[in-house]
Amino acid sequence: MCLAIPALVIELLPDDMARIDLDGVRKVISLSLVEGAKVGDYVIVHVGYALQLLDPDEAAQTLALFAQLGAQS
Amino acid sequence: MKYVDEFRDGELAQHLIARIAAEVQADRAYRFMEFCGGHTHALSRYGLLDRLPPQVQMIHGPGCPVCVLPIGRVDLAIRLALEREVILCSYGDCLRVPASHQMSLLKAKAQGANVQMVYSPLDALTIAQQHPHREVVFLAIGFETTTPPTASMILQAKALGLENFSVLCNHVLTLPAMQAILTQMGDVPLHGLVGPAHVSTVIGSAPYQQLATDFAMPIVIAGFEPLDLLQAILMLVRQVNTGRADVENEFTRAVTAHGNAKAQRLVAEVFVIRPSFEWRGLGTLPASGLCLRGEWTDFDAEQRFPELVYTAVPDQKGCECAAVLRGTTRPSECKLFGTVCTPDNPIGACMVSSEGACAAHYTYRRFAQ
Ligand code: SF4
Repeated sequence: MCLAIPALVIELLPDDMARIDLDGVRKVISLSLVEGAKVGDYVIVHVGYALQLLDPDEAAQTLALFAQLGAQS
Repeated sequence: MKYVDEFRDGELAQHLIARIAAEVQADRAYRFMEFCGGHTHALSRYGLLDRLPPQVQMIHGPGCPVCVLPIGRVDLAIRLALEREVILCSYGDCLRVPASHQMSLLKAKAQGANVQMVYSPLDALTIAQQHPHREVVFLAIGFETTTPPTASMILQAKALGLENFSVLCNHVLTLPAMQAILTQMGDVPLHGLVGPAHVSTVIGSAPYQQLATDFAMPIVIAGFEPLDLLQAILMLVRQVNTGRADVENEFTRAVTAHGNAKAQRLVAEVFVIRPSFEWRGLGTLPASGLCLRGEWTDFDAEQRFPELVYTAVPDQKGCECAAVLRGTTRPSECKLFGTVCTPDNPIGACMVSSEGACAAHYTYRRFAQ
């Protein structure tokens, strides 16, 4: 139940709900646990609730670090 | 798929594995525990365990919410469903967990109990709205990842004025479990911990600091993708090599120092720490689980059905789940593994959920050994 992948917020709905896209699968989830999620954000979804927003800059930095390691070895 | 494929890149994985191999010292042991069942699953699924140098050994931890739920708690849910004839809503993973008297929630359902599988606590709320004349109980389990959704849902149930709805609360806390593992470890030392991904999105990285200091234990929080895990292992190797015991965060794209403040606030509004809670494998640990605050007793199934008294029940004979959860026994060392106990016919909880150590071994690694 803890396996999850980041989901793209595609539409904000009433009552703190949102429609998300998970690799082509659309679902309605709750945004009641996060602050300031908007269309175009990626969120980590767990049992129907967004737990956290994904930080695109941090993701890019982590990937850059991997690439750098690759260049070293 | 964005934020997934990049973190599964095979070529980069090779480089990371090569780096780990280059940096481990030949005469040193690196025994690392991945606390979270999601990590156990990912390590097995992507075959990472076989690619690591022999000095690096991964020990599975107790972070599978279904696995740490003791039999006595499942019994309570079954009794509610069978004797009190409530509509019992549960996550799918719990349905097949073996309980006392060869029962499970699924078998109770076959005997006529109304057991509903839900994907989200919100589904349980909907069921309660649809059946105003029935008692509806949600079997709430899990660590800090599932607790905020339960809290939000209880707040919503109150706002909706639902009177037929309650929660059988089994929410548990990560840090006391880690502390128990490190205290009970025995003679086989651990050299590092891979910190959970989703739990840490909620609680942040800062709360692990005390543990790292007290036990001189390197801790690296990692995401769920294979590159995340490899990078975290490399970071742990480097800490061991340089004699550090710091909390480091590999999953910076989702984990901050202080986590999700809003989620923490909602949890604090609804839940309070129980004096003690029994875990499968770890025993009864003080201040390790949550129950509903006094103001919310209407929504607390244990208050609503006062005849529900928890009785501890030992695990099935021969099942090594307790030792597997403590990391002292490997799944394949259990006599029942793969013969009597399989995912189709689980004897212990570790074989039920895909995050359980025994199920992950059975599904992905049976033939590797
Ligand atoms: S193989 Fe089955 S019986 Fe043995 S420890 Fe795992 S779950 Fe328990």
